[in-house]
Amino acid sequence: MRKATLWNWFWILLGLLYFFLPLLATFHFSLRARKEALSLLAYQQMIEDTRIWQALLYSIQIGLLTIGLGLLLMVPTVYWVHLRARYLRPMIEFFSLLPFVIPAIVLVFGLIRIYSGDPFPLTNTYAGTDFLLIAGYVVLTLPYLYRAIDAGMTAIDVATLTEAAQSLGAGWGTILFRVIVPNLRSAMLGAAFLILAIVLGEFTIASFIVGLRAFGPVIWQVGQNRAYEASALVIFSFLLTWILMALINFVARRAVVTSGPR
Amino acid sequence: MAFLVLEHVSKRFGNLIAVEDFHLAVEKGEFISLLGPSGCGKTTVLRMIAGFELPTTGRIILEGEDITRVPPNRRNIGMVFQSYALFPNMTVAQNIAFGMRVRREPEHRIRERVDELLALVHLEDKRNSYPHQLSGGQQQRVALARALAIRPRLLLLDEPLSALDAKIRVTLRSEIRAIQRQLGITVIYVTHDQEEALSISDRIVVMRAGKIEQVGTPFQIYNFPQTSFVASFVGMLNTAEAEVLDPQQGLLQLDGAHLLSADPGLRRRKPGERVRLSIRPERISLAGEQLKDNLLQARVEDITFLGAVVRIQLRLGNTLFYMDTFNNPHLALPTIGSTVQVTCSKEAVMVLE
Ligand SMILES: Nc1ncnc2c1ncn2[C@@H]1O[C@H](COP(=O)(O)OP(=O)(O)O)[C@@H](O)[C@H]1O
Ligand SMILES: [Mg+2]
Repeated sequence: MRKATLWNWFWILLGLLYFFLPLLATFHFSLRARKEALSLLAYQQMIEDTRIWQALLYSIQIGLLTIGLGLLLMVPTVYWVHLRARYLRPMIEFFSLLPFVIPAIVLVFGLIRIYSGDPFPLTNTYAGTDFLLIAGYVVLTLPYLYRAIDAGMTAIDVATLTEAAQSLGAGWGTILFRVIVPNLRSAMLGAAFLILAIVLGEFTIASFIVGLRAFGPVIWQVGQNRAYEASALVIFSFLLTWILMALINFVARRAVVTSGPR
Repeated sequence: MAFLVLEHVSKRFGNLIAVEDFHLAVEKGEFISLLGPSGCGKTTVLRMIAGFELPTTGRIILEGEDITRVPPNRRNIGMVFQSYALFPNMTVAQNIAFGMRVRREPEHRIRERVDELLALVHLEDKRNSYPHQLSGGQQQRVALARALAIRPRLLLLDEPLSALDAKIRVTLRSEIRAIQRQLGITVIYVTHDQEEALSISDRIVVMRAGKIEQVGTPFQIYNFPQTSFVASFVGMLNTAEAEVLDPQQGLLQLDGAHLLSADPGLRRRKPGERVRLSIRPERISLAGEQLKDNLLQARVEDITFLGAVVRIQLRLGNTLFYMDTFNNPHLALPTIGSTVQVTCSKEAVMVLE
């Protein structure tokens, strides 16, 4: 018994080391931009590099638009499926999982092939490529968004709540925005943070469609020729991801409190 | 014309006939129960009245207006669900106000009405609670207040008490009835619980396999069931096979014993025919006190104490039947295994179908 707990701790420790050692090493390395002493020079350079911040801002915008478009597409769809076509759920679940199975590189080549010429010449303009990128991300993040919304709708009795609202005189708009969506708020917020984190770190699709305008490719490029600054960036994006994760947790916990037992 | 008329309404789901030729006229202010076993089509009838299902054939007419195809949100019909269906993101007061907000009524009128309804369902102190902070009984009161807030033309309740425990079920059902009387509102109430239907309704519609079996007051349904299904579904009932000896005098033979029945339906039978007869347990009594038309010898098989009532199981030949007597601590009960004389009037002996 005691021996077992000792071994448990050993494995946990090993796991933590495996996870944190590279991070610590990277952090240490990022402080060595000056030869003679530890310094925050790399961080200073990173902060002064406007290209990085422009790319971050761009990716945040793309992320928010992805979230918006995804919600706009998925909330009414999943609502309708729950209300009138529950038998379609397994099929929709299958389709929503396809992005896990199909590599992003396949997705991006498909997108470029179809949308680089007539009748959809989207790759010729900035607006066109932005749209293409957002559309690609909507597909890429579909599994997370679908699951979150589906779980949110399963937790409330969508059909009966809809009928209750209808019998009280409500039309579809009122039902969707005053009854259904408010009860999905925490599920949607959780998915939104996750999508933002994914979009901020995504490299494959971004590099092919918009190149260095997006955050992912910029991190990669900095890493190619400025090692210290790149390490600083890695630490920074880790922090960013963790903050988003903490927010998801916070939101999820609040959801438990406000929805309570069914 | 009656307040609400369901004109030969039927509903099919694919090959399944859920409701068939349902014809009913309801007067204003009536409390009607739809009673029947699970799956007999009660909910489907209610959902057609509410507008959630479109009848396959037939029409639904409310206050002279054909509402068969009017969408549910234009009918102004209140509905209470078994699962309460309160909006989890809204407080009690917001739930009750929902229908009025949808109708864009002025805020001061909404506040007055919410106060009024909170008082009606005795939940003044829960105004700002969320549904998950309330007990089941409290949630259902909120649902009732929410449905009443829009001053519905008709109130529909689908097994509203089934999810609650026995004690609350009884208090809440008398509250529902009191509120209905106070407001003079027309109610259609779905239940599979015969005791609930008997205690609460002006009239009961007994349903079986999508069809109406009998419509009548609780008194009529209980005392004069027209089919064996109604007789056995409503209340406790003894049934047995008997042979007709003399249809004109109402003489029957049951397991060797002679029995008189006053059921007029017996006149149409022939001597020697086998019929199904039924007797309510409370119509049978021990012969000591007062002799009635029929006197039978029976063996006491079992005695069950039900509180106010004692249920005694008796055997007459091969037939088992029950007798209910009021619990009286000053009277001795027969012992199990003893033979007793029991009596019942000829009016108590009914012939089914
Ligand atoms: N939407 C539906 N689709 C298919 N069959 C249904 C549907 N709703 C009800 N039914 C069927 O119709 C019959 C009557 O159901 P219901 O009205 O719910 O009965 P009750 O409320 O008396 O228990 C049942 O056999 C049920 O399975
Ligand atoms: Mg039902």
